[in-house]
Amino acid sequence: MDTMIKTPVADSAPRIARERPLKIKARNVDVYYGEKHAINDLSIDIPDSAVSAFIGPSGCGKSTFLRSINRMNDTIPSCRVTGNIEIDGRDIYDRTLDVVQLRARIGMVFQKPNPFPKSIYENVAYGPRIHGFARNKTDLEEIVVTSLKKAGLFEEVKDRLDHSGTSLSGGQQQRLCIARAIAVNPEVILMDEPCSALDPIATARIEELIDELRQNFCIVIVTHSMQQAARVSQLTAFFHLGNLVEVGDTDDIFTAPKDKRTQDYITGRFG
Amino acid sequence: MSDHIVKAYDEDLANLKTMLAQMGGLAEDHLAKAIEALARRDTKLADYVIAQDEKIDALELQLEERAILTIAKRQPMARDLREIMVAIRIASDLERIGDLAKNIAKRSHAISEALPRKLATGLTRMGRLSLEQLKDVLDAYTTTDDAKALEVWRNDGELDALYNSIFRELLTYMMEDPRMIGPCTHLLFGAKNFERIGDHATNIAENIHYLVSGQTMREERPKKDTTSTTTFDSLNER
Repeated sequence: MDTMIKTPVADSAPRIARERPLKIKARNVDVYYGEKHAINDLSIDIPDSAVSAFIGPSGCGKSTFLRSINRMNDTIPSCRVTGNIEIDGRDIYDRTLDVVQLRARIGMVFQKPNPFPKSIYENVAYGPRIHGFARNKTDLEEIVVTSLKKAGLFEEVKDRLDHSGTSLSGGQQQRLCIARAIAVNPEVILMDEPCSALDPIATARIEELIDELRQNFCIVIVTHSMQQAARVSQLTAFFHLGNLVEVGDTDDIFTAPKDKRTQDYITGRFG
Repeated sequence: MSDHIVKAYDEDLANLKTMLAQMGGLAEDHLAKAIEALARRDTKLADYVIAQDEKIDALELQLEERAILTIAKRQPMARDLREIMVAIRIASDLERIGDLAKNIAKRSHAISEALPRKLATGLTRMGRLSLEQLKDVLDAYTTTDDAKALEVWRNDGELDALYNSIFRELLTYMMEDPRMIGPCTHLLFGAKNFERIGDHATNIAENIHYLVSGQTMREERPKKDTTSTTTFDSLNER
C-alpha cells in the first residue's frame, strides 16, 4: 500500500472526514445498468473507524453505489462501472486485483438475514476456513467464539452452536450474519438496510452493535430510516436520482442541511 | 416551503405558530397596558393586566404539550425540528415577558401619588422602547425575517443605555431625599423589568436567526448595562 494517496482535505469537508483517516475514496464514478444511468459522476471520501450512512428515496442509487464498493455489481452482466474507487489508496477495479481477496476484506450484511442452511458454528467458521485463517481446530473455534461475542450473540447461542442458523429469530440471524462477516477480519463492513426486517428491540441491538464495531471498522450503511441514520452514523450522504446531493456530518445534515432537496427529503416533503 | 406528504404534520406546525402568535399578541397587549397604567397611575388597568396574565401561562403550557406531542409523533428533522424547538423557547420568553409586565402593573400600585410625575416619564419612555422591541421581534417571527430580527438584536443596547441613565438618576434622587427611597426603589425595579423584557426580545431574535439559518448567534451580545458595577462613589465623582 505504498501508493496510498493522501487527499488534502478541504476545510469545508465534513469534520469526521478531517478527524479520521481516509478509507474509501471514490472519484467520478458512473454506474450503468444497460442503458440506465444509475449513478452520475459521484465523488466521496469515506472515513475509517466511523459509520457512514447513505440515505435517499428508492432508486436513488445508494445501494448501487454500496455494491460497487465490493464489486458485487460485477455479477450483473449489464452493469458497467466507470471512474475510480480506491480502498487504502488501491484501485479496486484494477484488473490485476483478486476480487475474492477484495471481498474478504469487505464484509457485507443484507436486508434479509441470509444464514447458510448449516449450523450456527459452521456459518461463522466457513469464511475463515476457506480463506485459510485458522491453522487448526482450536484456532477456528476461537475465531468463531470471538466473532459471535463481538456480534453480541454468543451468550444466546453458546449451548446450541450445532443448531441450524435458520432456527434463530430474525434479529439473531442478522447478528449471526454480522458475526459471519467479521469472522474473516474485514476492514470495511457494508450494510444494506440491515434492520428493515427486524422489530425495534432487535434493531436496537444491531444499532448498539454497529456503534461498538465502528471503533475498529469502516462501516457503510444504507438505510431508509432517517432516525437510524441520525442515530448510528457520523457521516451522512444524501442520494437523489443517481446524484450525490449532499455529504456532511450527521449532526449537521439532520439539524441544518444545506441543500433544499436534502431538507425536503428528511422532513418528509417528497419521497 | 413546500408541504409535507402527511398533511396533518403541516397542521401541527401551523397550530404551534398560531398559538405563539396568540401569546405574542397577549404579551404585547399586557405590556402596553402596564406602561399605560404606570404613566396614568391607572390602578384599574393595572388590575386588568394582573388578572389576565394567567392566560399567557395557560397558552404556554398548551403550546409545550402540543410541541412535545408533535416531536413524539413526527420525529421532526432539520427545519421542522428547529421550528418546534424555537417555538418552545420563544413561548417561554413570552411567558416571562408576561410575568414582567404583570410585575410592572403591580408596582404601579405601590408608586405613590406623591411621586413627582417627571420621575416616571423616563421609565415610561423605557417601557415604550421595550414594547417597540417586542413588537418588532414578533413581526420578524411571523415573517421569518432574519434581517429584522438582527436589527432588534442590535437595538437592545439602546435600552440598556437608557436603563443606565435612569438607574443613575434614581440613585441621585434617593441620595438627595431619603423619603424617596421607597417609591424610587419600585421605579428602579420597574426599569429593571423593562430592561429584562428587552433581553427576552433579544433571545427571541437569536432564536429567529437560528430558525432561519440553522446557526446559533456567535457575536457577543451588545451589552451596555453597566449598573451592576455602578457605586455611590462613582455617582459623586461626576
